[in-house]
Amino acid sequence: MSSYEDLDPLPLILGDQTYSTIDEQIADVVIDQKRHNKKTWFMPIGIAFLLVNVLLVTVGWLLYQGIGIWGNNIPTAWAFDIVNFVWWIGIGHAGTLISAILLLMRQQWRNSINRFSEAMTIFAVMCAGMFPLLHTGRPWVAFYWLFPFPNILGIWPQFKSPLMWDVFAVSTYFTVSLVFWYIGLIPDFATLRDRSTNKYQKYIYAFLSLGWRGSAKHWHRYEQAYLLLAGLSTPLVLSVHSIVSFDFAVSVVPGWNITVFPPYFVAGAVFAGFAMVILLMIPVRKMYGLENIVTMKHFDWMAKITLATGLIVAYGYTLELFYGWYAGTKIEHELLTWRMDFFHKPYSWAYWMLILCNIIVPQAFWNKKCRQSYFWLILVSLSVTVGMWLERFVIIPMSLMNTYLPSSSRMYYPTIWDFSMFIGTIGFFIMMMWLFIRFLPAINVFEVKDLLHKMHVQKRTHKEEAVATTSGGTH
Amino acid sequence: MDTMDPTPKPKLDLEVVRERLSNAKGRHYWRGLEEIAETDEFKNWLDDEFPHRSTLLSIDRRSMLKYMGASLALAGLSGCRGLFLPQTKVVPYVKAPEELVYGKPLFYASIYTQGGIAKGVLVEQHEGRPTKIEGNPDHPASLGAADSFMQASILCLYDPDRAQNVTQSGDISTWETFVSAARDAMKKAGPGGVRILSESITSPSFGAEMARFQKAFPGAQWHQWEPTSQDNITRGSQLAFGRIVNTYHDFSKANVVVSLDAEFFASMPGSLAYSRQFTDGRRLEKPTKSMNRLYSFESMPTITGIYGDHRWAVRASDVENIARTIAGGVGVSVGAHGAGGVDASAINSIVDDLKKNRGSSIVIAGQHQPPVVHQICHEINAALGNVGSTVMYTEPLEVQPVVHLDSLKSLVDDMNSGKVKVLLILGANPVYTAPMDFKFADALKKVPFRAQHSLYDDETGGQCEWHLPEAHFLEAWGDARAYDGTLSIQQPLIEPLFEGRSYAEVLSALRGETTPSYDLVKSHYETGDAKVFEKEWRRWLNQGTANVPKSAKANVSPSGSIAAPTVIGQGAEIIFQLDPTIYDGRFANSGWLQELPKPVTKITWDNVVHMSPATAQSLSVTDEDTVELKFNGQSIQGAAWVTPGHPDNSFTVNLGYGRTRGGTVCEGMAEENLGGAVKRDPWGFNAYALRSSNAMDIGLGAVVQAAGGLTPIATTQIHHTMKGYDIVRSASFEKYQEDPTLKPENAEDRQELEKQSLYPDQVFSYNGPQWGMTVDLNLCTGCNACVTACQSENNIPVVGKLQVKKSRELHWIRLDRYYVADENRDDKNLANPETVFQPMMCVNCEKAPCEPVCPVAATVHSHEGLNQMVYNRCVGTRYCSNNCPYKVRRFNYLNFSDNQEQFNTQVPPAAREPKAHGIELLRMLNNPDVTVRGRGIMEKCTYCVQRINEARIEGKKLGRDPLDGEIITACQQACPTKTIVFGNIADKDSQVSKWRNDPRAYRVLEELQTRPRTSYLGKVRNQNTEISGEAGA
Amino acid sequence: MAQLFKPYSNIVARASIVVGAATPVLIGLAAAAYSRSPYNTKVEVPLNQPVPFSHQHHVSELGLDCRYCHTSVEKSSYAGIPPTETCMSCHSQIWTNSPLLEPVRKSYEDKTPIVWNKVNTVPEFVNFNHSIHVARGVNCNQCHGPVNDMQITFKGRAFQMQWCLQCHRSPEHYLYKDPESASPRQQVFNLYMKLQEKGVTGLSPREQALMKGEEQESGKSEDVLEGKEIVKALGVKTQQLADCSVCHY
Repeated sequence: MSSYEDLDPLPLILGDQTYSTIDEQIADVVIDQKRHNKKTWFMPIGIAFLLVNVLLVTVGWLLYQGIGIWGNNIPTAWAFDIVNFVWWIGIGHAGTLISAILLLMRQQWRNSINRFSEAMTIFAVMCAGMFPLLHTGRPWVAFYWLFPFPNILGIWPQFKSPLMWDVFAVSTYFTVSLVFWYIGLIPDFATLRDRSTNKYQKYIYAFLSLGWRGSAKHWHRYEQAYLLLAGLSTPLVLSVHSIVSFDFAVSVVPGWNITVFPPYFVAGAVFAGFAMVILLMIPVRKMYGLENIVTMKHFDWMAKITLATGLIVAYGYTLELFYGWYAGTKIEHELLTWRMDFFHKPYSWAYWMLILCNIIVPQAFWNKKCRQSYFWLILVSLSVTVGMWLERFVIIPMSLMNTYLPSSSRMYYPTIWDFSMFIGTIGFFIMMMWLFIRFLPAINVFEVKDLLHKMHVQKRTHKEEAVATTSGGTH
Repeated sequence: MDTMDPTPKPKLDLEVVRERLSNAKGRHYWRGLEEIAETDEFKNWLDDEFPHRSTLLSIDRRSMLKYMGASLALAGLSGCRGLFLPQTKVVPYVKAPEELVYGKPLFYASIYTQGGIAKGVLVEQHEGRPTKIEGNPDHPASLGAADSFMQASILCLYDPDRAQNVTQSGDISTWETFVSAARDAMKKAGPGGVRILSESITSPSFGAEMARFQKAFPGAQWHQWEPTSQDNITRGSQLAFGRIVNTYHDFSKANVVVSLDAEFFASMPGSLAYSRQFTDGRRLEKPTKSMNRLYSFESMPTITGIYGDHRWAVRASDVENIARTIAGGVGVSVGAHGAGGVDASAINSIVDDLKKNRGSSIVIAGQHQPPVVHQICHEINAALGNVGSTVMYTEPLEVQPVVHLDSLKSLVDDMNSGKVKVLLILGANPVYTAPMDFKFADALKKVPFRAQHSLYDDETGGQCEWHLPEAHFLEAWGDARAYDGTLSIQQPLIEPLFEGRSYAEVLSALRGETTPSYDLVKSHYETGDAKVFEKEWRRWLNQGTANVPKSAKANVSPSGSIAAPTVIGQGAEIIFQLDPTIYDGRFANSGWLQELPKPVTKITWDNVVHMSPATAQSLSVTDEDTVELKFNGQSIQGAAWVTPGHPDNSFTVNLGYGRTRGGTVCEGMAEENLGGAVKRDPWGFNAYALRSSNAMDIGLGAVVQAAGGLTPIATTQIHHTMKGYDIVRSASFEKYQEDPTLKPENAEDRQELEKQSLYPDQVFSYNGPQWGMTVDLNLCTGCNACVTACQSENNIPVVGKLQVKKSRELHWIRLDRYYVADENRDDKNLANPETVFQPMMCVNCEKAPCEPVCPVAATVHSHEGLNQMVYNRCVGTRYCSNNCPYKVRRFNYLNFSDNQEQFNTQVPPAAREPKAHGIELLRMLNNPDVTVRGRGIMEKCTYCVQRINEARIEGKKLGRDPLDGEIITACQQACPTKTIVFGNIADKDSQVSKWRNDPRAYRVLEELQTRPRTSYLGKVRNQNTEISGEAGA
Repeated sequence: MAQLFKPYSNIVARASIVVGAATPVLIGLAAAAYSRSPYNTKVEVPLNQPVPFSHQHHVSELGLDCRYCHTSVEKSSYAGIPPTETCMSCHSQIWTNSPLLEPVRKSYEDKTPIVWNKVNTVPEFVNFNHSIHVARGVNCNQCHGPVNDMQITFKGRAFQMQWCLQCHRSPEHYLYKDPESASPRQQVFNLYMKLQEKGVTGLSPREQALMKGEEQESGKSEDVLEGKEIVKALGVKTQQLADCSVCHY
């Protein structure tokens, strides 16, 4: 029996698959312990765990000493803390985009990667969420003064402040993504429940699957809920990072107060998000032999989106330059030199690195071979991930160092704690990802089956057409 | 300190700088050399990935939540204070002092003495504890102003490092034991065996006590030693008049002043009065056609020279010839001499100017200039008929006027020859400050019985068997004369915190009497009917000046002939100068003064080797490069500092650093590693090590060379590109006559801006007072008095060198210093640039960018136009600071309020244990009307809102708003030149409204439409048109 | 395959949804309730004192004026705690050997102060000024509760910002005028005299409320109108009254 290649040279599912093979491939990653050996699971999570401890130590020292342990100063009152915050939030963007927008657009190929990228979103937002609280001078009051409730002080938070908007934007985004993710998981929990042999495992998955029996009624409700949530979270994809960008856009700081920020930030976020998906998907795919479910076609698509958003970001950079020049004020010109004068300005290397990573390297994706080679995929997505971090570094501390009154211009230097905090969050992220792969189906089982079904139908109709033409020819 | 950036730095390329300056368009302001040179130093900084690692371990040893820090931190939990905070107690008096009203401060008049000479102070006292020192308006030497030294002396009162007990070779003893031991020793000593070494003293009552003492112990000799260079002045008057007289000046009558390396704005006993008098001749409240003029010949740039209308950067050793040239010009016979390296025509026009102003001019010499220069000044002033009108002579202020160097020399000789059996040192610290060729420490060892009586157990104390705690001037009675001979009573405000006693008390104790200082002083003046005198006495205390005749006027005229010029030696010149913030080292343990930026260089916590840009280039060194300085066969290492306006081939070093004993602050940074081991690294280097009796102030033949490596220096400014902004306006007097707005070409037009603005003109619909401030840059000398005043009034913590280096200092006022580059000048700018100061504190914008961005509304606007900062609401997002265009907000990155350098009670010698604990003691210093900010809180200037509220409440009780002039901010109060005016801008007749509507008035960064409530008045220089163009500035 | 969960687990599931939703709300409410309760605020919780001083006896029975002991209440931000001397000015004559007064006599002899437990505290970042409030005719009981009836002094009100702001935002609801007093300042202290002469019944309803220590705010329109008059007359700038820096600096 022929496979799907003769239909589509680059199909979404390779090989001759049946529903049961799909189940084995994905669900057994979770059920079958033998699928996790030292190399694939214990080593990564072990390293991640060490980094998490680095994070814990840093946070402990931070709470004990105060944020003076970081390099922040006056004028550079925001630095690594906010850079990391924006960076993580950005990474958290691909998930919702894939699950919600692509769903509404009926993009079949999303089915095999949405679960994975949603999980990524949630963990990235968790990492991001640490910073807004921990970067405050007095977190022990910030954590409840920032929420509006009738209190004994008789005063409210100040809703004019973008930081207030952040609080709502991020928390909403996190909640919706989480619910969306969980709803999607329910049918798969049921599958796991049915396939699992271990008693406790069975009970746990049974509990999580909320008594899913796969009746038509269930499916009907499920589809409705899922669609509704998709509709709900689609605007969020755009809103969250727009609001994050307001933190800067509404200020008077040269280099921050630019109207292009919202779209430019959103594009940047998707850019970074997809890069991260590619980066994480490749090893997982190899380790758990999912090559015929997550195919090169998926990477091809993602690479294309990366390229597209990358071009939008490039446009954003061009506009920044334009504003700097068009503003016609001394300070804006100063800022441009401060960022770009490679031979005199201390941090200008960051700017040129950023141009290299975010604009030049991704151009490789114009080439189909690069879009489908591991090497290039990893290289580009890595450079994008680095580049996006540098972008935030160029925007935040570098703009702050360049002040209106030259008398107050001072240099900013990060300390070891700035780095340990950052690395720690990366560790946390990786640990969560690997736990996820270990205990939850990393790929949406039933949606892949659904996709398989559609492809079968496609194939059948194709055969019939062929028959019809030959018979017609005999006249 | 060695933990701070070890990276090598590139050299400063002065060619680039010159080139850049020469094609600068329009006047543009720059702040450092490297900013124009745009060197790569920062890139290299980056090579060290984590500079200042040690910070994390060396500072903030204390737990996160404690005492005030804690209660403020817990402010967030104000809902649950009852749960978290302990039951507070309330402790009333047993018998309340009658004049005391709970919660109201009391003010007492007293005097602060420095080098024995008095300045009048008013001391604020809250429930019995002195909290702030202000100037006494009724005192001639203060006129209501207060310099940084006076104000910081309150910190010394509560300094836990102060000597607290009598100690014998390190062990705690008692006064009784000491007195008996000393008396035995003195009895045995025999004639001439007993010596007293004190600092210079003007106190008549002490003089009397000394006389009684010398009667009791015949042959007891009194020596005096001040490391400051007043000997030159003394010798100068001996040369001129054949005897010692006291000289003081009246600048209010002077139209032309020629300063020969004299810093009469800062380092002289009359400086506060001089500043006021001189700047009064430059006030531009109403349009004027005349203005006084200051010509300044200077070596190391000082605030006086910078303020001058003309400034020449000349080597200190050339000043003598310049003096002679001027003298010759005004008809004083002086020997043949060189030109002094200044254009003759310039000096001619100065001479003409002087001749035009006979009787209303002053020629004044700096105290580190040799005696002959002072003599020449006397001659010139006499020739110009200034004596009696602008230059006054009185009998000496000191009780026993001597040439200190000779006095000390004779002591040292006698010590070496073993004549001295008993030496009692009162206050002085000769082991540290004596000329190095005296080898004082060695000589001291030859004295069997030696004791030091001083505030701190310092280097000398370490060499003495006995150390006796001296009473702080707020703890004991005394008296002293001011620069003009006025006598005042020193009135204590508090019982000695420790076992301190006054000088006179010690002497009387040694005589076998234990008369308290009160009687010693009062009995000295008591005459006639006791009741009548009692009234008189109280009046003296009340007004702060004693109603006894001033030092008598001395009718002298210069007679001595002027010696022929000494041949100026060859080689590089080294200049020893008092430090602008820690003086001769006696204030080295004051965190406030250590962290106070040096007025011109903005350096904190260190001294450096100052050199001109050209010299630096020839040595191929730049800022912070370690250099070796060889002189007199001695050598020291220190940081090089490129100082524009410094003469070439000349090096200036400040005295007072490199202290090794005398308190945890002055002994340098304590670095406690996690292991608990403590390493100490003194601040700066000890310049006394090079200072010998034959070159006390100026020496030739100094050798400086790069020693390799870096000595990190913490400055409150970083070299960085300066933009062509309209920040400080300054112009010549002529330009001011044409266009009083002083507006540069590129400045935005206010009316135009107002038209473009989308904001309503009336920002507040509130008919009450609207607070505003105006600063007249034309009067500001940049003396730093306001900075210390603010620190004292608003409980601003000291953060320490490492934190300053990280640019986290907390001063609410910055004195921004800008160099001016002018297109029609060549690279002379670099050698001797025009320089301006700008006090910059929160300008309380009506449309403040900081306000809308705070998520918890911790900074909001009051209806009276204040940009309020609510500390207890702040959660520390620091967004406000990011959005502040003036960058005047300060953030408590660590728990600074409980971790000032003084709180660091590490590694004191056993002798100083047990001491009162640092925190408790220093907390008594806090102003109870201002919240002490804990960690993680933003703070800033709010126009001394506590004073505003006090005045408002008192006004309301009388049913009115505060009157104009009723509210005086701390900075305004301390300012010697009345540069700052604060008040109600809604009231059209208020002083501040008048200034605000002055044509010179402008607001910084007006184009941002922040509507600052603080406006500035442009600076005007009254240049001599014959010279300007070739003059330095 | 057998059912893992019995049918009743559906009910459990549904119930758990409700509980899960309710719990955070309940926790929030509990915290709110606690922070306002006497456990936290210490309102009406009598404190042990070295000497069981009774305001009720000295004020209501003997009719001492507040200012006799709290001397600086009209002049300064602090009302002032009386020095031992003040106690002794009477108690050197009467109750000279009452055991209750032993600590007072001891303090006077040894010149060591009596250490009281502080009843009313505001945090150190709050600058409260007694004198101006008295000058505006705000009665002691307004903030301190029925002091004149306290056998052992206790806290009358929880000094929580919300509570302060009620009056600072709309003073007209709280200010009142006593026709028999020449000035607002006097009406504060006259009230206790009147209480002596006329007894509670002789007082106006608002004054009665004050004396009973009830919240004395009046919603009555005529009272509010009167309040507005007073605000005008005293030149109280209501807008400015609620500015942060009036109390916090």
